[in-house]
Amino acid sequence: MLSALLIVFREVIEAGLIVGIVLAATKGVPRRSWFVTLGVIGGVLGACLVAAFAGELASLFQGSGQELFNASILLLAVAMLTWHNVWMASHGREMARELKAAGHAVTTGKRTLAALAIVVGVAVLREGSEVVLFLYGIVAQGGTSNAALALGGVLGCVAGAGVSALMYFGLLTIPANRLFAVTSGLITLLAAGMAAQAVLFLQNGGYINILSDTVWNTSWLLSEDGIAGRLLHTLIGYSEAPDGAQIIAYLAAIALMLGLMRTVGKPAPRSVPVPQAGE
Amino acid sequence: MKKFLAASLLLIAEPGLADGPIAVTLQNHKFSPAEIHVKANTPAVIALTNKDATAEEFDSTSLKVEKVVAGNSSGNVRIRALDPGRYPFMGEYHSESAQGVVVADK
Repeated sequence: MLSALLIVFREVIEAGLIVGIVLAATKGVPRRSWFVTLGVIGGVLGACLVAAFAGELASLFQGSGQELFNASILLLAVAMLTWHNVWMASHGREMARELKAAGHAVTTGKRTLAALAIVVGVAVLREGSEVVLFLYGIVAQGGTSNAALALGGVLGCVAGAGVSALMYFGLLTIPANRLFAVTSGLITLLAAGMAAQAVLFLQNGGYINILSDTVWNTSWLLSEDGIAGRLLHTLIGYSEAPDGAQIIAYLAAIALMLGLMRTVGKPAPRSVPVPQAGE
Repeated sequence: MKKFLAASLLLIAEPGLADGPIAVTLQNHKFSPAEIHVKANTPAVIALTNKDATAEEFDSTSLKVEKVVAGNSSGNVRIRALDPGRYPFMGEYHSESAQGVVVADK
């Protein structure tokens, strides 16, 4: 029961932190819970599919199917997070203004909800497929009684959701005019960590073979296997011994994000209704 | 980022492996051999055959590997060029018994 609790707890937290950031980043946007729920449901279904076809997936692309798949969905999430942040860079102030006007629903944030639903889906799919494989394995071998297993799983899920909720409500204590600056910073680091993780999968799949020497090692300071190390790994992409390719991917993702936010996402001039052609 | 990846993907050339893949079997949630020797500073491949009915995740932070191998199936785990030393790994779903170590010898 304890092992079920621990594994489920760990994976739920890892996905839950990402959901928490997405929820905070979309505070006040109508129908956001609907989109996030859709992302979670899609992620759970995807996780079951990935778990059911783990063998088939792995045998694709000369045995590198799993690595290629993980790298692809991570890069998809990076792209969606970048899009969200770039869009927010031009509309964030508008949103914060609307959010401050009490009782006024934010209408500007709807555009990137679908992108963030995909991010939620990817997070749930990645962590969820591990949970499904693990729990299925225990059920199949019949070592633990199913009741104990279910109890462990439920407790782990509740504890993981609880920690994620704490982070979400913590974020909500940030004043509205600062909230989007904070969430956009968190999303930038989240995306950078995912980009570095994607590179790791491409390396393990044999697609990248350069700059694979470890550049520094901080495992003495903070192990990636401990709970704090794992959380930081999920949130900001902490790696105890990153190699050159990972570091470049991490920095490149940040540079690309900030560059696009500066250029494409220039704050829109205060909205003045533009007459449509033909009016 | 995209450009960097595209450029990297062009460099697919596989570095020469010292020897063929190292065969490792997982049965009753135990690795055999549980201690795997590789040459330091040389990439290697572990050909992991999972003889159990259930999936296992070959997991090692120090080796930077997470790889799911489905039940009654096999998969290759790439080991990067390592400094001399010991690198523990485990089967994440049965970590109480599925433990092993890669030893990089000079």
